[in-house]
Amino acid sequence: MTVEVIPPILRVDHVTKRFGGLVAVDDVTFDVKKGEIFALIGPNGAGKTTLFNGITGIFPPTTGRVIFQDREITGAKPHQVATLGIARTFQNIRLFEYMSALDNVRLGQHCRMHAKLWDSLFKTPVERAEERRVSDRAIELLQFVGIERYTHTYARNLPYGSQRRLEIARALATNPALLLLDEPAAGFTPQEKVELMGLVHKIVDNGVTVFLIEHDMKVVMGVSRRIVVLDHGEKIAEGTPEQVRNDQRVIEAYLGKQH
Amino acid sequence: MGTIGEAVRRRRGGLRAGAAGRILDFALIAIIAIFLILLGTKVVAQGGSFFLQILTFAVANGGIYALIALGYTMVYGIIELINFAHGDVFAFGAFLSASLLPIFGLREGGTFTAGSVIALLAVFGLTMLSCGILNISIERIAYRPLRHAPRLAPLITAVGVSFFLEGVLFLWKGPSNVHYANIIPNAGFEIFGATIGAKDLLVIGVSIVLVIGLALFVDRTRLGKAMRATAQDRDAALLMGIDIDRTIAATFFIGAILAGAGGTMYGLYYNTSVFDLGFSAGLVAFTAAVFGGIGNIYGAAIGGLVIGMIQSFWDGYFDSAWTQVVIFTILILVLIFRPTGLLGMRVPEK
Repeated sequence: MTVEVIPPILRVDHVTKRFGGLVAVDDVTFDVKKGEIFALIGPNGAGKTTLFNGITGIFPPTTGRVIFQDREITGAKPHQVATLGIARTFQNIRLFEYMSALDNVRLGQHCRMHAKLWDSLFKTPVERAEERRVSDRAIELLQFVGIERYTHTYARNLPYGSQRRLEIARALATNPALLLLDEPAAGFTPQEKVELMGLVHKIVDNGVTVFLIEHDMKVVMGVSRRIVVLDHGEKIAEGTPEQVRNDQRVIEAYLGKQH
Repeated sequence: MGTIGEAVRRRRGGLRAGAAGRILDFALIAIIAIFLILLGTKVVAQGGSFFLQILTFAVANGGIYALIALGYTMVYGIIELINFAHGDVFAFGAFLSASLLPIFGLREGGTFTAGSVIALLAVFGLTMLSCGILNISIERIAYRPLRHAPRLAPLITAVGVSFFLEGVLFLWKGPSNVHYANIIPNAGFEIFGATIGAKDLLVIGVSIVLVIGLALFVDRTRLGKAMRATAQDRDAALLMGIDIDRTIAATFFIGAILAGAGGTMYGLYYNTSVFDLGFSAGLVAFTAAVFGGIGNIYGAAIGGLVIGMIQSFWDGYFDSAWTQVVIFTILILVLIFRPTGLLGMRVPEK
């Protein structure tokens, strides 16, 4: 076997997160390589979302470092992390409910816009050009995730599955290098799950690295080559789907110990 | 926070559903109709020119309340806090501009020249800026540390900040009414027997310009969009690269510069202020914000105008001793019959 020399896009380095006496994430280390689909799995309460929150700066880690594209982002504010190129979706959908799908995605491009106050107030050519570019890109993204028929619908009125897709489109609008998906297939039918995995592949083909949390082992096994398993905040396994599936500690974490 | 707001909205929606909602609406319309008929008989009895005169006062008064109400509604819209200190920021604006006038050579009885216009603009600018900085400081010191606390904590803090500011104003200019220099010329023109003065035009004009300016700002600029996004879902806005702290600070700043302009105009218009002006005017403006649909800036502008007009009409045609009673009765009626305010339901976007 040859040694791959793909540089890591994200390095989670001995990250620990404590909430008072509770250790939610315990000394976790792993790399996400550029251009891959990387998955983080584990039973409920394993600390997966906490780790996402640590990476995106919502709850900075207690100790340890997060390095993104050779740059330490530990303790950076969420909006800075977003500007640097990490986007995410939420486990429970967090859309701007009273904005149209189009406006949601347009807002995603907020951190990439440059129009000055003056331009915006008086609708100068600079502003118009930017608005057009932003709208075009937004429609492109809605098509990309396959919900262009809801362009002018309030986000709250979209069907559940489309809301999840809209959230992905909005995250992609920030033009990220790394996309974090927090249980993107939660509540999906098997058919929808298959379609979603197709979308994830499409995203990676467009040069965005995907790092996803998933509860459903089957989904993960089908989509990603490398998996890290968390249990009670600790990393208990890392490897290919095959290795992880046959790992004794993983089986125990999911199914309980055999007596 | 969002979920609580959502739950409240749903609950209210339920309350208003079906026949019960229609009866409530009907009752509200009936009450308004009775008031209008009463007013109508008075208007007919006292003649058209008196009506026009009162109408002029009413619109100017409403403009000032609209400016204050906007600050309440913007802050509520973005962090769901009733900033009780906002009225006192308005009073601070009145006090500060009163002190600034002589510094810029604007004195009662002096001639009003082109230079005076520039001086007046400078007074407006400085007052608005100072109020903005004051309100940002209040947010930074008193509210931001409590952003993740139970929502009662910042509310009580707001009451505390309000008392603190009133104390400062009390120490500054004492317990009695403070005279505010009457520098706007008494010139005006007569129309159908009513006099429309320079003061009226100034107040109405500035209010309209500021309200339109704010609407354009919120609708078009990046910061305005960031505000709307933050109001709807703070965490999601964060992940879109929106700096929440800055956006919230900007909201306090903008609300306060409007209050500063309102305070200056209040002084110029009524030529008086008092240390607890912010309490009474603030409560009325807050009522206006609720009346219009709190969280909605168009609602606040309309609510301020309507409440200000009701106040002036009541003062003009009925007994002014009862004006406060009427206004708070309106607050109660709105909360019973239309808890989301005039525009609260139709335009849910904050």
